[in-house]
Amino acid sequence: MPSKSARPTIVSSERELYLTTYRWMLLARLSEDRLSSLWKAGKIVGGVYLGRGQEAMSASLGVHLKKGDIFSPLIRDQAGRLAFGEPVLESMQTYLGSRHGPMRGRDGNIHRGRPRDGYYAMISHLGCMVSAVAGALMAKRFQGDKNFVGATCIGDGGMSTGSFHEAMNLAGVEKLPLVVVAANNQYAYSTPVSRQFACADLVDRAIGYGFTGHSLDGTSLEKCLATIGQAVANARSGKGPQLVVGTILRLAGHAEHDDAGYVDPMVRLQPFAVDCLRAAEKTILERGWLADTDLATLRNEVVNEIDEAVATAQREPVPDAGTEDWCALSSRHLVDGNPG
Amino acid sequence: MSITYLEAIREAQAKALADDPRVYIYGQDVGEFGGAFKATKNLAKEYPGRVLDAPISEDAIVGSAIGAAIEGMRPIIEMQFADFSSVGFNQIVNHAATLYWRTDVPCPITVRLPSGGNLGSGPFHSQCMEALYAHYPGLIVMTPATVEDAYSMLLEAVAIDDPVIFCEHKYLYYHLKAESLPTDALPAGKARIARPGRDATIVTYSAMVHEALAAAEEMALDAYQIEVVDLRTVKPIDTDTILASVARTGRLLAVGEAFPWGGVTAEIIARVATEGFELLDAPPQRLNARDTPIPYHPNLWAAHRPTAPAIVNALRNLLRM
Repeated sequence: MPSKSARPTIVSSERELYLTTYRWMLLARLSEDRLSSLWKAGKIVGGVYLGRGQEAMSASLGVHLKKGDIFSPLIRDQAGRLAFGEPVLESMQTYLGSRHGPMRGRDGNIHRGRPRDGYYAMISHLGCMVSAVAGALMAKRFQGDKNFVGATCIGDGGMSTGSFHEAMNLAGVEKLPLVVVAANNQYAYSTPVSRQFACADLVDRAIGYGFTGHSLDGTSLEKCLATIGQAVANARSGKGPQLVVGTILRLAGHAEHDDAGYVDPMVRLQPFAVDCLRAAEKTILERGWLADTDLATLRNEVVNEIDEAVATAQREPVPDAGTEDWCALSSRHLVDGNPG
Repeated sequence: MSITYLEAIREAQAKALADDPRVYIYGQDVGEFGGAFKATKNLAKEYPGRVLDAPISEDAIVGSAIGAAIEGMRPIIEMQFADFSSVGFNQIVNHAATLYWRTDVPCPITVRLPSGGNLGSGPFHSQCMEALYAHYPGLIVMTPATVEDAYSMLLEAVAIDDPVIFCEHKYLYYHLKAESLPTDALPAGKARIARPGRDATIVTYSAMVHEALAAAEEMALDAYQIEVVDLRTVKPIDTDTILASVARTGRLLAVGEAFPWGGVTAEIIARVATEGFELLDAPPQRLNARDTPIPYHPNLWAAHRPTAPAIVNALRNLLRM
């Protein structure tokens, strides 16, 4: 039983983790709001995909990962990317096509990463990153590394792909320290969950894959930190692969061109339709962890950080077709010559 | 002592495992069982923990190899049959093949595809997939036709920093023998003159090299000297060697075992037509499999793919033009 003097320390560390994670959520939300504005102003080509409503789940995963871990985020993981260590500048550089960004204008938006740093760059085909992370964990095992985990994210739609099923089964067979965080956000683009799967609960699939399953109210930052933290700790301590299924509502269209007019108004009244960011702010105020004025200061600080990132990315050069080296192989001597 | 094409593949994998701790082998039944064709016979015993059975999940097998390669390994993936690589196609063409260009991180994986027709194998155990993979940027596609190339090119594939699709021909597994393993080899991307000639050039690869050589032998009875070019790698394709040969002979027949629409033979004709039109004394010709699924019965199969007699016919037509 903790002594009275130890108690404030525990509260302080709970508070610290909560507030740190909240800050990533806020940075994600506001940076994506900025991306939306830039898209509407015609400054971004291609799609803009927002993680609105998924920030608590995503950030809670990011904060529990360490250097040496593997993370392959998916479409709605701006918060997790930031919490894992991606500077907000890199999302702006990628969306704006900066030659100085990690993708150098060769790929855009959410298809970004730095695989050398354990931060993988998703491809659009859903489910494909699960086996890539599994293979990375096999490699680390071959190499004799210890205490590592790999994590990736998926949604109710991506869980229907063959690629996902194959990879989950493989990870189960290999008993890998893999954490898969699934956001059941009720819609895959426009398709409701009733047309996506027939099982009672997606978490029931965990047993079939040989994973430990965890259900989660994805609107509660406190629960996200606890459950995802537990899943990561389980994987890290040799308890095998973990599947967390969080229930939320996607609080945006599939992308910014999509007004999500197909969302059933009744769905918006469900408990899972709560905005996790607002709920976290309410908790922070209720617990007296910060005052209104502190939240406003924090918000200003985050906005300044975003302003600076956008300004930097906008000043940077964009790719030039004339100086692009147009080479898809690292073995330059094996490039097919002069195909016409 | 003699060594078969299949044994050469097994020996190359044993050497890769012995020489490089980053190498491991992953695929269906490759472990204790030694693979459906025994290309990994005894390797699981000799290299414990490095030759692993995989679930029947071609997509996840390739996906896992990509992740492992990012983390510094050199996976060798065995597809049980080339035909089943269609299930892993997406990971190969959209993930492995795009990785370096997108992220500046190379993807050194070798995917072995037991390819091509064999007696009684039918539509789903006979396919030649090289043209499909060659179509995509970011992949190297090898098609060894000899025991020596099966060995040296597989070792080279493992050493290359980019994804290599290694199309090994099942018909050659047991039929082809050599006295010993090679000590040196042409590099990837260089074609080989398998038989010199002056009257016409056959450009081909993989098992069709041997059908072409048999056809050339028969034509020699009528005093025709047919040159046979073995491409060795279909991507990159050695256009210089092809053009040099056509410059010597003035006539071109491109032969492939794959389906006829598009593909490697079409690429050969296109390159010669665009870059060496003036070298040609006759319209360039091509001979491929028929445009149907690959038949099961030997009577049908023999007429589905190019054989030496069919190549002789095509050559006689070409020489009359």
